[in-house]
Amino acid sequence: MTFVQRLRPARTIQLLAAHAVLLAYTALALFPVVLIVLNSFKTRRAVFKTPYALPNKETWSTIGYETVWKRAHFPDYFLNSIEVTVGALLLIFIAGTMASWALAEYRFRGNSFMGLYLALGIMIPIRLGTVSILRLCVSLHIVDTLTALILVYTASGLPLAIFILTNFMKQVPRDLKDAARVDGASEYRIYWMILPLIRPAIGTVMVFNMIPIWNDLWFPLILAPSERNFTVTLGAQIFLGQFISDWNAILASLSLAMIPVIILYIIFSRQLIRGLTAGAVK
Amino acid sequence: MDLAVRGKDRRPFPFHIIVFLAPAVIVYTMFMIYPLIDSLRLSLYAPNDQGQEVFVGLQNYHTLTTDEYLKPRLEGAIKHNVVFFVIHMVVQNSIGLLLASLLSSPFIRGRGIYRSLIFTPTVLSVVLIGFIWSMILSPLWGISGNILIDIGLPQYAKRPWLGLESTALPTLSLISVWQWVGIPMMLFLAALISIPDELIEAARVDGATGLGVFWRIKFPLILPTVGIIGILTFVGNFNAFDLIYTTQKVNAGPNFSTDIMGTFFYRTFFGMQLQPGNPTMGATIAGVMFLIILAGVLLYMFGWQRRVAQIEF
Repeated sequence: MTFVQRLRPARTIQLLAAHAVLLAYTALALFPVVLIVLNSFKTRRAVFKTPYALPNKETWSTIGYETVWKRAHFPDYFLNSIEVTVGALLLIFIAGTMASWALAEYRFRGNSFMGLYLALGIMIPIRLGTVSILRLCVSLHIVDTLTALILVYTASGLPLAIFILTNFMKQVPRDLKDAARVDGASEYRIYWMILPLIRPAIGTVMVFNMIPIWNDLWFPLILAPSERNFTVTLGAQIFLGQFISDWNAILASLSLAMIPVIILYIIFSRQLIRGLTAGAVK
Repeated sequence: MDLAVRGKDRRPFPFHIIVFLAPAVIVYTMFMIYPLIDSLRLSLYAPNDQGQEVFVGLQNYHTLTTDEYLKPRLEGAIKHNVVFFVIHMVVQNSIGLLLASLLSSPFIRGRGIYRSLIFTPTVLSVVLIGFIWSMILSPLWGISGNILIDIGLPQYAKRPWLGLESTALPTLSLISVWQWVGIPMMLFLAALISIPDELIEAARVDGATGLGVFWRIKFPLILPTVGIIGILTFVGNFNAFDLIYTTQKVNAGPNFSTDIMGTFFYRTFFGMQLQPGNPTMGATIAGVMFLIILAGVLLYMFGWQRRVAQIEF
């Protein structure tokens, strides 16, 4: 790790080799995505004849996007996905921070049992209870509504959220809370006061939950399968299945479904990566 | 702390604790714990001639493992799922470790950019990934064919990789590996970065070379992460569904050669084509999945985690 080492020729070769491997893998990771977006702006002929070329004046075409615009209601799917994702994240935020505050702050009988109970769901996939979840939703009259999805995603997101947030809540300095108590603040007020202090952790948990909710196919397919409730993922699945021979439409709808997620990823990648490591490395 | 404890003592009934816990406990119990338990209960019931569900004990499990139609499907699904898992463990996690060890070197410039770009497929939905790859592998478009010709393997060029019984499952496993490799990469990277420099310096002073440092010093220190990645891969794989459903449809074709537990569960629960759905048998398959996942988690917790903790300290 010294300067002398850095100048050794063997090091340079090693470095070049490392960059070569990383570049090659980056190309492999991005190539399919780029290829789809690139070809979504080309005529059908050009898609097959010159798949790697950038679209030019002759091959430029947005026919795929026009078909998708007419046949699939992607704006509606987006609104549904946003409603489900934001709704679930909001509930995870409220219920998750409240429960982790209770677990981190108060010593009461059953505290560790409660922590363990709420952590059970980290390892057990909620999908295994699908048969009963569907029946529960039928009896609650929320089947085929976005509410059902919001509640299920909240339940499945809470265990890890509480686990991570409890650890962060425990690090909030005691003096602060005790000073507030001396001033006569209620417990609810103190909880509300410390939330801004763990804002980074909350952001991490939210972003970390956002992606699997947005991308899920299983529960929309089972709990909210009618067209008015299509999320982007389910809408893309159905639409793509029907238009299997219309290459332009498929390329366009794939691009439409991908680009917003990639933009969100660019904005939030730091929180996402932090969440990933906070969730797994205890 | 004193104040909190004293406050608690004065009030025998800590009402605010209940208020804080209630929302999470209610939603989580209602939509996660109750359905999991109820689903296990349902696996012990079956509809009788009047269509009412009656308690039948373990009969569903017996039927599942002996019935001439269900048994081969169950065996197939478990076998394919094991193949799916093994390919992930070997390919995904080795590539993840390789990329992470390259990215953990402080001499590599642009580490953050590589890391973010390689992680991109992981944030996309499995549905999109499935369609993207079925287009690229489609002999109609010929993208994969041309690439194979270019790298000197023309004899493989025209193969419908997802349409042959022999290649469909490995191909899908590799597509899934391609998508998820970012997760082990990130976790390994976090573990590698947290190794103190002094340890590595000391090993180098003692004359250890690059690979020696990796296997003797770094790898033992990231063993806990290996375990976490292993169990995450296991749970994720035995719970997978989206990719197979998207690319191979509900029958997990060709000829059920890509059928895994998730698709088998869905098909049995909802039925397909002429065969009506069977919720209690679906719950039984979910019960089998539960047992498999539970066995994996327990093995990890008591077999691996304890032993590794002993090595560490």
